[in-house]
Amino acid sequence: MIPLFNGISIYFFWTDIMIWGLFFSLLAWSRVIGRSEQVKAQWHRVFESKVAMIAAIILVAYFAIALMDSVQIHLAHANTQPGSFLDVLLAHLISATERTYSAPFALHEFTKSTQLGLNGEMQQVYLPLKHVNANASIGMQTGEAIALGLLISAILIGLHGLYLAKRNQTSFPQMLSAIWLEQTKLPWRTAYVTLTSLVIVMSWLFKLSYSYHVLGTDQVGIDVLYDTLKSIRTGVLIGVLTTLVMLPIALTLGITAGLFKGWVDDVIQYLYTTLNSIPGVLLIAAAVLVMQVMINNHPDWMHSTAERADLRLLFLVGILGVTSWTGLCRLLRAETLKISQMEYVVAARAFGVSRAKVISRHILPNVMHIVLISVVLDFSSLVLAEAVLSYVGVGVDPTMNSWGNMINQARLEMAREPMVWWSLFSAFVFMFILVLAANLFSDRVQTVLNPRESVK
Amino acid sequence: MSSNQPVLKVENLCVELEKNHRPLISNVSFEINAGEIFALVGESGSGKSLTSLAIMRLLPEALQVSSGAISLNHQSLFSLPEYQMQKVRGRQVAMIFQEPMTSLNPVMKVGDQVAEVLRVHLGLNRKAAREKVVSLFDEVGIPNPEERYDWYPHQLSGGQKQRVMIAMALACEPDLLIADEPTTALDVTIQAQVLNLLKQIRDDRGLAILFITHDMGVVNEIADRVAVMKEGEIVEQAETEHFFTDPQHPYTQKLLSDAIPKRENFEDEALSPVQNLLQVNDLKVYFPIKKGIFQRTVGHVKAVDGVNLTIPKGQTLALVGESGSGKTTIGQAILKLVDATAGQVNFTNDQATQAINLVDLSEKAMKPFRKKVQVIFQDPFSALNPRMTINEIIREGMNSLQVGPTTRAEQDKRIESLLEQVGLLPEHKYRYPHEFSGGQRQRIGIARALAVEPELIICDEPTSALDVSVRAQVLALLKDLQKTYQMSYLFITHDLSIVPSIAHHVAVMQAGKIVEQGLVEDVMQNPQHDYTQRLLASAPSLVRQALEQA
Amino acid sequence: MFAYIIRRLLYAIPILIGVNLITFALFFMVNTPDDMARAQLGAKQTSPELIQAWKVSHGYDKPLFFNAKASGFDKVTNTLFTQESLKLFMFDFGQSDAGRQISSDILQRMVPSLSIALPTFMIGLITNIALALLIVLFRGSVLDSVTMTIAVAIMSISGLFYIIAGQVLFSKLLHWVPISGYATGWEGSKFVILPVLIGVFAGLGSGVRWYRSLFLEEINKDYVRTARAKGLSEISVLFKHVLQNGLLPILTGVVVVIPTLFMGSLIMESFFGIPGLGSYTIDAINSQDFGIVKAMVFLGSVLYIFGLILTDISYTFFDPRVRLNG
Repeated sequence: MIPLFNGISIYFFWTDIMIWGLFFSLLAWSRVIGRSEQVKAQWHRVFESKVAMIAAIILVAYFAIALMDSVQIHLAHANTQPGSFLDVLLAHLISATERTYSAPFALHEFTKSTQLGLNGEMQQVYLPLKHVNANASIGMQTGEAIALGLLISAILIGLHGLYLAKRNQTSFPQMLSAIWLEQTKLPWRTAYVTLTSLVIVMSWLFKLSYSYHVLGTDQVGIDVLYDTLKSIRTGVLIGVLTTLVMLPIALTLGITAGLFKGWVDDVIQYLYTTLNSIPGVLLIAAAVLVMQVMINNHPDWMHSTAERADLRLLFLVGILGVTSWTGLCRLLRAETLKISQMEYVVAARAFGVSRAKVISRHILPNVMHIVLISVVLDFSSLVLAEAVLSYVGVGVDPTMNSWGNMINQARLEMAREPMVWWSLFSAFVFMFILVLAANLFSDRVQTVLNPRESVK
Repeated sequence: MSSNQPVLKVENLCVELEKNHRPLISNVSFEINAGEIFALVGESGSGKSLTSLAIMRLLPEALQVSSGAISLNHQSLFSLPEYQMQKVRGRQVAMIFQEPMTSLNPVMKVGDQVAEVLRVHLGLNRKAAREKVVSLFDEVGIPNPEERYDWYPHQLSGGQKQRVMIAMALACEPDLLIADEPTTALDVTIQAQVLNLLKQIRDDRGLAILFITHDMGVVNEIADRVAVMKEGEIVEQAETEHFFTDPQHPYTQKLLSDAIPKRENFEDEALSPVQNLLQVNDLKVYFPIKKGIFQRTVGHVKAVDGVNLTIPKGQTLALVGESGSGKTTIGQAILKLVDATAGQVNFTNDQATQAINLVDLSEKAMKPFRKKVQVIFQDPFSALNPRMTINEIIREGMNSLQVGPTTRAEQDKRIESLLEQVGLLPEHKYRYPHEFSGGQRQRIGIARALAVEPELIICDEPTSALDVSVRAQVLALLKDLQKTYQMSYLFITHDLSIVPSIAHHVAVMQAGKIVEQGLVEDVMQNPQHDYTQRLLASAPSLVRQALEQA
Repeated sequence: MFAYIIRRLLYAIPILIGVNLITFALFFMVNTPDDMARAQLGAKQTSPELIQAWKVSHGYDKPLFFNAKASGFDKVTNTLFTQESLKLFMFDFGQSDAGRQISSDILQRMVPSLSIALPTFMIGLITNIALALLIVLFRGSVLDSVTMTIAVAIMSISGLFYIIAGQVLFSKLLHWVPISGYATGWEGSKFVILPVLIGVFAGLGSGVRWYRSLFLEEINKDYVRTARAKGLSEISVLFKHVLQNGLLPILTGVVVVIPTLFMGSLIMESFFGIPGLGSYTIDAINSQDFGIVKAMVFLGSVLYIFGLILTDISYTFFDPRVRLNG
């Protein structure tokens, strides 16, 4: 626990540490690649596409929420549940728990309850919700939310515009007009429009969440908006951290197999054929079952349910990583084989350059595009996989907020008459936007980085 | 040859990029008469292939014809709707391409591929088509045509594949045949056969042929009339005889002089006694063939089979042979990039009195010799790491072998001077390989080898991917450097025409063995071995004449 | 070719041993034979003697990987791992925790699994290829970009959504097909139709995109230019030459899947109440029945390796360049 001030202190779970570590190493990495003109130009080309720009902004928004949810805050004085920074922001939603289902923007519960009437007879009535403000005008609040959103985005855009103007050595108004007329190389106008709409939507949801359950409540009365927002962290973390586990294995084994050939290659090929031959879900399921028993046998490992859920997430990420390196490994092996036949590698050998230097100078830089493409591609499939695994019962801890758990809990609700659709709907929509953005972004990365397509 | 109506008439053809209207071909006009072979010559990127694709209306999607007209037998091709154009392709105009390896559908029987044309255009049934294909195969000189009908492309040799392509082109008796570099990918002996076949077909059928090539020797051999293209325009058009004796345009004159490099006066040098730098004794490189359940070695591919070579100090040995003869493997074995099965590679050091056998050295013991023996490759595109700057590329060898200055600033200076020596600019060192042309990249490759001050450079077909004018420059550079640094070259090539201009000695290789070696003058003018004689006889007459004058 | 197949089959043995090693390690990391005996015998009769007797009778008294007491060869063979592996290699899967014969369960449940998986696979493959070819025919047009955008959207939606939405729409609202269940014979088709259609649709996005990129890669090759120069129409160029060659890379990804179709689909079967191997597995996972999980892992691996061999053999039929040398 790191004390800050006023009795407020922050602490981190294991996965929090990992995601922040990854975040900072990404920052460091971007500084490093910033030195190479070639790589910089490539990323520039990625963002020249409007679609990629929109997708990137959406991804950044998701990542920001995930990061906000990855700092645990402890308030010594307040008598609140421990939670993350995001929980503090959404504290009003945590306390606004109802009794049971309610539809979005509803003023009363979804089902009738039996109540003792004034005359003493039993009545079937819709009970009013405790935490809605029926007097609040949606229109007024929408107006306020839009104004707030515009203000925030104006500040953000203004700051960025100033930065751009300074870098391009023009005046601020000139810079803005250039952006508006789309004369900039990167589609900043599109970026600003996306940012503004995103901020307005978020402030609208935030503003109205004080008066209503914007996305309804679930079976036990928990606000669905809160549930979905909390699920973002799980989805993003599984998508990102798994890569962190998988990448070193795939890189080491793939490159070694391709470069050293012979028996080393045989052993590595045997390893991945064996692992590949086990049906993926079954391997994950078996490993998760083992993990469950292990966690149950060692209650001393964790102090709270949150920590337990976090530990389980950590294990799940590890298991997914260990079972998913084979595909990338095979690609890297094939590519390394190809590159090691290239004449520039032969030339390096003729110069007596050591194996380690051949790898770091000639092989690694030339397989990076494959790594990047597959990382971005894997991200979306992992987010989708989380939902399926949680459905099968081998996903994240049932107490943890995740889209998979939401879908799993809500799927029987569709059979109700009338349907309770909002839980499922929210989970699917939030997941869809994230995955779509990731897919569109990976498409662009692929077209730019794929050497076949950028031969000209 | 014949003076009847033109079969093909191209008038003011202009082709441009659809995107930004950048012109690629401007105002190209020519005619071809029946029974005439018309050669369109030019260096890469001159627009000669695009012209042929425009005639077929098969231009890549990013390109469009902006103006001009093409008529075939007085029928305007550009006004035809696509479905009628399909009836023209293969029926009235047929085409053969440069790469016989990839131009045939790999999973379809070659006979069926030819029969397909007959069935589409003439509506022949299966049996009639087969009979016709067999007789066509016979005509183009494919042995056992009945049996070859059922073969797949990979079972045929390059020359035979090109014959299948010709059979396919002839199937519907077209009026015009477009041949786009049909012999470039073939060995000289096969090239001669294919050229003869084309001439014979022209004579038998009175066919008009548009022959596209970059090779002046081939033009001299086959064409009746020639047009030279440069940057999308025809700069000169002439009858073949006039063309070679009296070229008008300066570009054409330069092209012709570069095409057949002149013999340098090497004879005195070659005869003067010098120390031998490298001696290869009975070198063998075998690759195992594995078979059976346990992958036992059942035999060997004898890539290099008992080769003896001598490379004198400061001189060049040209190693000549057709593809697959094992030339490249010898080079790699000298560099210890493949392991020799047997034999010796004796290197005579400056200081040492005794020669040292490189074959027996460990990688560590080999390291001092790595700076003595360097290599330049054929493909200028794959020879440089695309992710490294020129600076890093040249520095790599200096650092690894600890040659030259050790401080970064001094190394930078050396790199700059090296770049200047190979005809590039010092500021080029901050760039990446893709920013350079093929010839420039080859110069960078040379600078990289020079950086470690080698005594021997193995030049593995360094000019075969280059245009003739660039080739001439690179050869001149290599010769200059040899004079300056007294380096030796092992110059591996399949191209006989450049041997006199670069080499003191020549060795002719066939199927892993050296069949003949000696002074260039002796071998070229008075070949002893049967294979050498055949090789020389197959060379285009232009090259042959040059060799005889050597 | 015969020698080749023998070699591949021999190579399968170490892989399967590896697979067994993994499952065993996972299994005994958490379950000691004592735990198993206790679970099997029930809570009441857990005297140490009874446990020992159960272990001896089920062969669980032997050491896991290495028998120090045994002599010679028996040091490795007289162990739990070897004995159990041998049983698996004979396809003797033993009993589930619930006491049912796993082998007969598997045989019984294969048919329902196949009745979903096979049509999904076949219809999916054909639709994907046909659509991809059609898009390639109109490459560069508005149709191309619109369908590609739709394809990205389709693959960005969770498969669970298609199932739930499909059930709600076609079963609950429209009452076209029953929501779940299974029957044999023609009766059963009404249960099969919805899962198959959903399966096909969910795979459409990624499938069409992949095949399109394969075909586009082919279409720039020299032989296609030759085919056009012959005067073939664009349609016969595509459907004859490009399809024929494009099928080759497709084989690699597709043939390997065919044997594993027996394993069924976990999600589909459990949502639609199909009594196949998929739902069998998912039930086993939920009830933590390791016997079944182990059997399914082994079966899945065998089928996958069989698929790999099948892939190689299929190449000899479709690609004349490939000959399998021993």
